[in-house]
Amino acid sequence: MLKSSSSLTAHNSQLGTHSERAEIFNKDFDRTTWHDETLYFVRQKRDKAAFQINDWELLRETASQIKNNVLSNMHDYLVQFEENAIKNNIKVHWAADAKEHNAIVYGIISEYYKGDIPADTFKGMVKSKSMLTEECHMNEFLAEKGIEVIDTDLGERIVQLAEEPPSHIVMPCIHWKKEEIGELFHKHLGTEKGNKDPQYLTEAARQHLRDKFLTRPIALTGVNFAVAETGEFVVCTNEGNADMGAHLADVHIASMGFEKIIPQKKHLGVFLRLLARSATGQPITTYSSHFKKPREGQQMHIVIVDNGRSTQLGREDFRNSLKCIRCAACFNTCPVYRRSGGHSYHNAVAGPIGSILAPNLDMRANADLPFASTLCGSCTNVCPVKIDIHLQLYKWRQVLVQEGYTPASKTLAMKGMSTVLSNPSIFKFSGKVGRMLMDKLPFLVNNSMNPWYKQREMPEPPEESFREWYKKNRK
Amino acid sequence: MKVALFIPCYIDQFYPKVGIATLQLLEKLGCEVHFPANQTCCGQPMANSGYEHITGDCTKLFQDNFNEYDYVVSPSGSCTLHVKEHIPLKGRIYELIEFITDILKIESLEGEFKHKVGLHQSCHGQRGLHLSQMSELNAPFFSKPEQFLKNLKGLELVTLDRKDECCGFGGTFCVAEEAVSVRMGQDRLSDHLKNGTEILTGGDTSCLMHMEGIIRREKHDIKVMHIAEILNQAMIVPGLES
Repeated sequence: MLKSSSSLTAHNSQLGTHSERAEIFNKDFDRTTWHDETLYFVRQKRDKAAFQINDWELLRETASQIKNNVLSNMHDYLVQFEENAIKNNIKVHWAADAKEHNAIVYGIISEYYKGDIPADTFKGMVKSKSMLTEECHMNEFLAEKGIEVIDTDLGERIVQLAEEPPSHIVMPCIHWKKEEIGELFHKHLGTEKGNKDPQYLTEAARQHLRDKFLTRPIALTGVNFAVAETGEFVVCTNEGNADMGAHLADVHIASMGFEKIIPQKKHLGVFLRLLARSATGQPITTYSSHFKKPREGQQMHIVIVDNGRSTQLGREDFRNSLKCIRCAACFNTCPVYRRSGGHSYHNAVAGPIGSILAPNLDMRANADLPFASTLCGSCTNVCPVKIDIHLQLYKWRQVLVQEGYTPASKTLAMKGMSTVLSNPSIFKFSGKVGRMLMDKLPFLVNNSMNPWYKQREMPEPPEESFREWYKKNRK
Repeated sequence: MKVALFIPCYIDQFYPKVGIATLQLLEKLGCEVHFPANQTCCGQPMANSGYEHITGDCTKLFQDNFNEYDYVVSPSGSCTLHVKEHIPLKGRIYELIEFITDILKIESLEGEFKHKVGLHQSCHGQRGLHLSQMSELNAPFFSKPEQFLKNLKGLELVTLDRKDECCGFGGTFCVAEEAVSVRMGQDRLSDHLKNGTEILTGGDTSCLMHMEGIIRREKHDIKVMHIAEILNQAMIVPGLES
């Protein structure tokens, strides 16, 4: 089965912390340059698109306020959505966690086949982009049950063929070069060896996927927005693959994290304007498809997933991370993401937003992620729903330290530092001794044990400190 | 005007010249500058590493040193931001440039500095203290540090490809994430090199220290000066010598 063990292990933080993985990523200098420039180009496209709207900042503020309202009335909106969706003939399922989500999806498939799932490959499912199913590791779960999931988003299909998780939530294979995709397609889809022409490769993927669309009876899509007022949901794609899947399949399953709810249809006018501009610099996604009721003979299911979201909603400092509309603008602007790649984050959602969502799911496994930032604040500035991402990174650091998820050596060092810095006479003395040692015995700091010194010179110790100068010259 | 000078710990120990330039500049602008003798550090290195809860003694020491002043001034955007957000004071703390524009109400300084200067916007000064407009926002341009630099006779301000990208210092990030930190610094420097910077300046010595470390290791032909050093050197006031 595709995408089985390797993508599971790639998610595993045991393979290394962000910092260790980023160090490996940075060994290829030119590739890091290319990755950085590719994503910065997307950031610039975002700027261009955003700045064409005079009221851009007002639009962000409006979106933020709508989402704040949603967070404060989550229960009511979800119940309202459920009522309306049921009226529309959609079957609504509630999943407390990833396990339940996967079991529900399996249950729907099993029921479709009346408990007798055939052994042929055509029984499987086509799936458009859904980061939630990545979060739930659904593909792996279904693979173990003998059900093949075909990712139909081109980028997702590429990483799926390569047995990797996506490295970016909007552009899953942004870390792949077209030459490499040519090789991959040659191996899996039988394209000409050495052909890297994007049009040729896309056409090959198109024909390959067309066959899957026509033969798989079950389609799963994500949900970008679920409208409480009408019980409908909206799925945004550029490739139309969600539509192709949903329209051809007998069964349409839509998986959504419960925070995707918005109160009214008119609010889409705010979010759809923000989403694609923030994500790729497009005015709107090619397809913004509204799904309201199943066509005759079709089943439509929606699985509403918690998986830690209510815990996050209960964390006062972190609840507004649930405002996220998954545009990935924070990825593209993040100087650390651009120079470490999505896989360094070992979480379904990478980048700055992933770093504030992941510790909620598993503090121990993701304790490194809030530290994978300089706290520069660019993420907060581009966020279309005004999540204070960099402040939450700071706050997660405090929580993770206090909950005991940092190495004892770091705690010891910090306590030592605090003692020196809160005691003026020790500070003056150790500063003087330190500078003297650096001057007389530079090898004490200029060695491989000092990570600063690996690629940077230490500051040259001056003869006197400012306070010593001041004493001589001003008092 | 009486002001207290807060010289962050690493400036005190490694870059006294930045402290001296700040002091002299403020004096040239007519301030009576005090340096409370028992000051050390604002506690940011611990707090940003997740140890805000052990910074109580640092906070108290800071308050003991600075509480008697209405104005505390510091040549560091980052430390200033930390104090603003985490240490309650009787008066208020200002970053040096912010103090000159917002409190002294000075819009430009007369002087001469015949060099091609590249300005590094520190994130905490820019995005934290709003010393300049930020490239992510759809809002009118302004820049308090640029306004002073541009006014100096002979100074040519370099236009960068990425005008406000982080240099990668980031406190303990610079050692915890050494590879990315250095790469970010290298990329900032190549932007400056490509666009002809002779003198790299900024309002945060921490960013400058990080980039200077790379400059010296890679032997680039760029000199590093804090903005206080440039303004102090450029601004000649007759009869006032250090």
